[in-house]
Amino acid sequence: MPERVTVTVNGARVDVACGSTVAVAMILAGQPCRASVNGESRGPLCAMGICFECCVAINGVPHRRSCQVFCENGMEVRTDG
Amino acid sequence: MAKFDRARFDVLVIGGGPAGLAAASRAGQHGATVGIVDDNPKLGGQIWRATCEQEHPQTARWSEQLRRANVTVFAGTRVLHQIEPGVLLAEQMQSAHELRYDKLVLATGARERFLPFPGWTLPNVFGAGGLQAMVKCGLPVIGKRVLVAGSGPLLLAVAAYLRNCGARILMICEQTSARALAQFGLSLWREPAKLAQAFRLKKDLAGIPFATRSWPVEAHGSEALESVAISRGGKGEAIACDYLACGFHLIPNTELAALLGCTIENGYVSVSDLQETSVPGVFCAGEPTGIGGVELALIEGQIAGLVAAGQIADARQLSRQRRKALCFARGLEQTFKLNPELQKLAKAETIVCRCEDVTYSRLRPYHSWTAAKLQTRCGMGACQGRVCGPATQFLFKWNPDSVRPPIFPARVESLALRATAATNS
Amino acid sequence: MSDDGYEVAIVGAGIVGAACADEFARRGLRVILIDREAVGSGATAAGMGHIVVMDDSDAQFALTHYSQRLWQSLRPELPEDVEYDQCGTIWVAADEEEMAEVRRKADYYSERNLVTDVLDEAQLKTLEPNLRPALAGGLLVPDDGVLYPPCAARVLAERAQQHGAKLQLGCAVERMEQGCVQMSDGHEIRAEFLVNAAGAVAPALTPGLEVKKRKGHLVITDRYPKFLRHQLVELGYLKNAHAVTADSVAFNVQPRRTGQILIGSSRQYGAEDKEVDHDILSRMLQRSQEYMPALGSMSAMRTWTGFRAATPDKLPLIGPWPGDKSLFLATGHEGLGITTSLGTARILVDQITGAQPEIPIEPYLPSRNAKEQVHA
Ligand SMILES: Cc1cc2nc3c(=O)[nH]c(=O)nc-3n(C[C@H](O)[C@H](O)[C@H](O)COP(=O)(O)OP(=O)(O)OC[C@H]3O[C@@H](n4cnc5c(N)ncnc54)[C@H](O)[C@@H]3O)c2cc1C
Ligand SMILES: Cc1cc2nc3c(=O)[nH]c(=O)nc-3n(C[C@H](O)[C@H](O)[C@H](O)COP(=O)(O)OP(=O)(O)OC[C@H]3O[C@@H](n4cnc5c(N)ncnc54)[C@H](O)[C@@H]3O)c2cc1C
Ligand code: FES
Repeated sequence: MPERVTVTVNGARVDVACGSTVAVAMILAGQPCRASVNGESRGPLCAMGICFECCVAINGVPHRRSCQVFCENGMEVRTDG
Repeated sequence: MAKFDRARFDVLVIGGGPAGLAAASRAGQHGATVGIVDDNPKLGGQIWRATCEQEHPQTARWSEQLRRANVTVFAGTRVLHQIEPGVLLAEQMQSAHELRYDKLVLATGARERFLPFPGWTLPNVFGAGGLQAMVKCGLPVIGKRVLVAGSGPLLLAVAAYLRNCGARILMICEQTSARALAQFGLSLWREPAKLAQAFRLKKDLAGIPFATRSWPVEAHGSEALESVAISRGGKGEAIACDYLACGFHLIPNTELAALLGCTIENGYVSVSDLQETSVPGVFCAGEPTGIGGVELALIEGQIAGLVAAGQIADARQLSRQRRKALCFARGLEQTFKLNPELQKLAKAETIVCRCEDVTYSRLRPYHSWTAAKLQTRCGMGACQGRVCGPATQFLFKWNPDSVRPPIFPARVESLALRATAATNS
Repeated sequence: MSDDGYEVAIVGAGIVGAACADEFARRGLRVILIDREAVGSGATAAGMGHIVVMDDSDAQFALTHYSQRLWQSLRPELPEDVEYDQCGTIWVAADEEEMAEVRRKADYYSERNLVTDVLDEAQLKTLEPNLRPALAGGLLVPDDGVLYPPCAARVLAERAQQHGAKLQLGCAVERMEQGCVQMSDGHEIRAEFLVNAAGAVAPALTPGLEVKKRKGHLVITDRYPKFLRHQLVELGYLKNAHAVTADSVAFNVQPRRTGQILIGSSRQYGAEDKEVDHDILSRMLQRSQEYMPALGSMSAMRTWTGFRAATPDKLPLIGPWPGDKSLFLATGHEGLGITTSLGTARILVDQITGAQPEIPIEPYLPSRNAKEQVHA
């Protein structure tokens, strides 16, 4: 198994430790996960799948909880909302 | 088109934390066909969450027992609904399952309680357990300045963990009073295991300021968190930091129990000495029956697993341990009761419902959760009120309304499964 | 006038009761609006909020068309949270048989000065690209719209209050007759006119009333902006909705201002409990996926049920209740009460104040069933 995996966040490459969640990749990319209803930037809060603040689009599927998904090589992540 | 599976179990366990792992392995040891389901991509629950490098040793130990007992593991699988008595609907990334059971053990654990204060929606404000989980899942914190705040023993565990990972813990702000803590400390003498744990932590926490009757008043930052204003024993102070790890003790996850019709009293699932809920054949173990920590979760899980597999005599042997651990749980609740002052943290423009951006001032005029929800959309977002529900309960004394399926947002096709399967066959 | 000083006491602060309160108050009557829970917490909280003209009968058309125009003139006064959106309806035709229905409907509407647009397969595809291929076409009714019913009810209740009406919430009414409303706490309110606007549970207050509960399920998704533009209803719905006995489901989806998609609909008789019936729910969602396959992968956030107040002839009951000259009804709106609330309020108040109604009221009078029996 490779030590690091690479995903793209809004087009930019991010390198994370193998076994990292997408939520972690978002923080390392310096990106909020979603824009709230009124346009505020939001990032992960609970990291256990409860709050839905970490939702992003993963490989084109919107509203995925990034804290519950592990990074895989080549994964395309986009900010939600 | 999504895949669709059916499976049947003598004993089905929902939740793969300590309680669920114990229940599944005990039931499995006695020959029952057992399944265990967890929303997280790996077993272990909150406390035994795996890190990037490795499974938690305790999870590994229990998982080995699960393997020996041929327990079927559904990780990354969330239970959505009971579509008829004895049949749960669950969903994975690309498939959905109908899981049939004879006996069901609910070991759905707890989540953190979050209280709104100005700035709590800024990125890099996490739950306390939340930041810990992020770090276990790969977030490097070496050299990061972290303020740990809120309430409960979790704060200490989190601070110790983060420090060991290289973070600079600036302070721990605990909302409860030194007096309440001292009383709790005294009662710990009766609990040698807990005491050892507390001492171990003490070493890990050496040199970190620990402030009681203290809490965050406002988080500042333009794009993300930059500093936190705290109230420390009544006096204001500003602390520049990279991360705020803030949670106000724990709230049990009772949604599934409520959906199944189990009696819930004062927020907890009512159970007998044998972990039986008010619904025949449905057991509950761990945090949903009362926030009691990992020892109690393990004992309750074992009892539930044994009774579900028909081993009542074996289960009864654990009663004494259970009673002792329960005393500890009651102490926890008393010690970390929320200070009413915290109700004043939210200001008029503070967002209370994060999913729908509903502010405190918009909620203020309403008399009930239902009315507020209908008029402001508070609680109508994706978290289904898991965050703002407990917050408004504390702020306004509102009672949450009944639980409706799906208990987690679900793909439309998963909910349509029944009919799709019927059409295809 | 009574001791309490009220001329009118309305029981039920759903959208119908709230609309009546507003209308009475604005015409200068002293009104009290009573509800056991909150404003708009009954069927009004469950309804889809489709403001739609329908033509199952001439009378249904008259009331829905009249009401829709009233909504349009109220529109400038509605605050943001009512989410009024004139998105239009497209009646979707799956085959040639349903296309014939499209053309019949188009003719019927145009004879009555309502603009519509007949769509062929390609035009339908352009307007709603996420519908499955190979549908026959549809009928666009551009004046139809959607709103968020609980906030609409609140706005109507607030308007009533601004004109002097009193709102009393959290009070269950035990009995209402002969100019007296009795609360379950024993308290009494007297008024010259009583209005039973208790929706599907109206018969509990007025025994003998022929209103039955017709249960419906709805599902709301997360936000998917621009996925859907119009309210889409399958024309097969007509066949389904007409079946008075069997449980039925139909493709009926609505774009919300929020970008969410509201998915309906189902109709069941004889189901008394509020629980979500998974078999019906899954049939309903299966049906929606047949028309819009991409709905399948969307995230459904919540499901709920509600009860429509159904009458035998599918028309509401608006007017005096024979046998008690103080008592008036405003119920029985089945699946159209959000739409027809405004028209209902107008013609009810016209009846009480002696004003000339703008549409014929006979089809909605509660005495109509009794008359039919005499003629039969
Ligand atoms: C965020 C957090 C961090 C914590 N960290 C520590 C710590 O560091 N040290 C410490 O001593 N204690 C910690 N605790 C407390 C600790 O979790 C408990 O004391 C105890 O371990 C609980 O065990 P459990 O089995 O009852 O629940 P949990 O360990 O919470 O396990 C419950 C599991 O059920 C799953 N679940 C819930 N609902 C569903 C559903 N519908 N479908 C599928 N799966 C579902 C959850 O994903 C979860 O994995 C923490 C608690 C929380 C909430
Ligand atoms: C699934 C579904 C979808 C629908 N979609 C649409 C749509 O798209 N468009 C449309 O126009 N219509 C729609 N409808 C219909 C619409 O929702 C109803 O016709 C309308 O809400 C009826 O309003 P109401 O005020 O008569 O009743 P309700 O909203 O039910 O109000 C009755 C009120 O009376 C109160 N009450 C009852 N008994 C007592 C008592 N004893 N004492 C005090 N208070 C009492 C209740 O608390 C309640 O608030 C739909 C209905 C359902 C169920
Ligand atoms: S951070 Fe809360 S759901 Fe992912």
